[in-house]
Amino acid sequence: MKYVDEYRTADAAKRYAEAIARAVTRPWTIMEVCGGQTHAIVRFGLDQMLPPGLSLLHGPGCPVCVTPAAAIDQAIAVAMTPGAILCSFGDMVRVPGTGGSLLDARARGGDVRVLYSPLDALAVARAAPEREVVFFAVGFETTAPATAMLVLQAERAGLRNLSLLVSHVLVPPAIEAILAAPDNRVQGFLAAGHVCTVMGVEAYGPIARNRRVPIVVTGFEPLDLLQGIHMCVRQLEAGRCEVENQYSRTVRPEGNPAARRAVDTVFEIVTVSWRGIGAIAQSGLALSRDYTAFDARGRFALQKPIAAEDPICIAGDVLRGRRLPHQCPAYAVRCTPDHPLGAPMVSSEGACAAYFRYRDGAAAARAVQG
Amino acid sequence: MCLALPGLLLEMRGDDPLTTVGRVSFNGIVREVSLGFLPEARIGDYVVVHAGIALSVVDAEEAARVFRELGLLGEAAS
Ligand code: SF4
Repeated sequence: MKYVDEYRTADAAKRYAEAIARAVTRPWTIMEVCGGQTHAIVRFGLDQMLPPGLSLLHGPGCPVCVTPAAAIDQAIAVAMTPGAILCSFGDMVRVPGTGGSLLDARARGGDVRVLYSPLDALAVARAAPEREVVFFAVGFETTAPATAMLVLQAERAGLRNLSLLVSHVLVPPAIEAILAAPDNRVQGFLAAGHVCTVMGVEAYGPIARNRRVPIVVTGFEPLDLLQGIHMCVRQLEAGRCEVENQYSRTVRPEGNPAARRAVDTVFEIVTVSWRGIGAIAQSGLALSRDYTAFDARGRFALQKPIAAEDPICIAGDVLRGRRLPHQCPAYAVRCTPDHPLGAPMVSSEGACAAYFRYRDGAAAARAVQG
Repeated sequence: MCLALPGLLLEMRGDDPLTTVGRVSFNGIVREVSLGFLPEARIGDYVVVHAGIALSVVDAEEAARVFRELGLLGEAAS
């Protein structure tokens, strides 16, 4: 597949790994922010190609993992409302809230539908004008434009039976929160390329300067990640703290202006709570004043439930890079993809699922394609 | 859900910027995607699509950079 396969060649990966080993003179700790990157790293065994002392920590960039149980409870409340149809992404319907998941709600008679794109909700709403259709919108800056597009098109079409349960979160405030923690160990970041496809790279400038940390915008294929690590290590070794763009084939410095404008129009920035982490200031999106008519929370008069998480699950530490999945007492014992206790095991982008699937499961899948 | 793959833009339809759509082939699997946020896309471009929305055109020149740099690294090591 063009722009995919050529970035997976084993020989080139090996040569990048050797270049990294030559560049490293002392231990460093780098965090990849995005769950998609975590998966590629574990799947292709990239962390095991790195020199000893160079550690990768996995960040909070799995949207399913950080969506609070309280938001899932609200989605379930919508799904169980007679006449309502709740739509969301496939990953989202499996994650437990305080009382089961959306799939459990479906088993109890709720109308829960899995969509590939938020725009598919338009067709659902048109096909059932007598029903209330709600899209449960989660995800980072990459997904927010799709939700904004749904709102703009629904407005244009005058659809009155469509609303949204918005639980979008933003990456830069989460990076700030990780760096501000007193026990922070992260010395450099691989920023998620797709997020920057939309927002560009400028939001990272102040973080790199003020927090003295190199940030490399990085893609998702093995060579992207290895080149990103190499760029980050070179900055660390030279004492530089800059924003660099490894993923320049896709990420323009200004991002995607049309998508950014739509997001700015439809949403406003608010303080939200992250699952396992807690509240982070100005780290989420809510419908802006002009679009409150699309807010399902108002339409369904949803209460804000207090959500508890399984006390044994250390998801908060895993998401902040404080501990690795196999350091959780429940990992692979009480908690498996078939019986997940926490969101990082449920989501296909979660760090716990990545470890289980690629490290302890099919070892063969680790090999970089030859 | 965060996976965003590059696909080949085969066809474009519509003249309203908000509702312009394209047919994009992901290694033979063809999907309809919104081009509302990518007015600069042209047939034959590789576009990065996320959740049904095209967000970026792949820059062929920049795409070779990973390999160019790798070549330079090889020379420096030898
Ligand atoms: S292994 Fe399971 S219980 Fe432990 S942190 Fe991961 S999701 Fe939570």
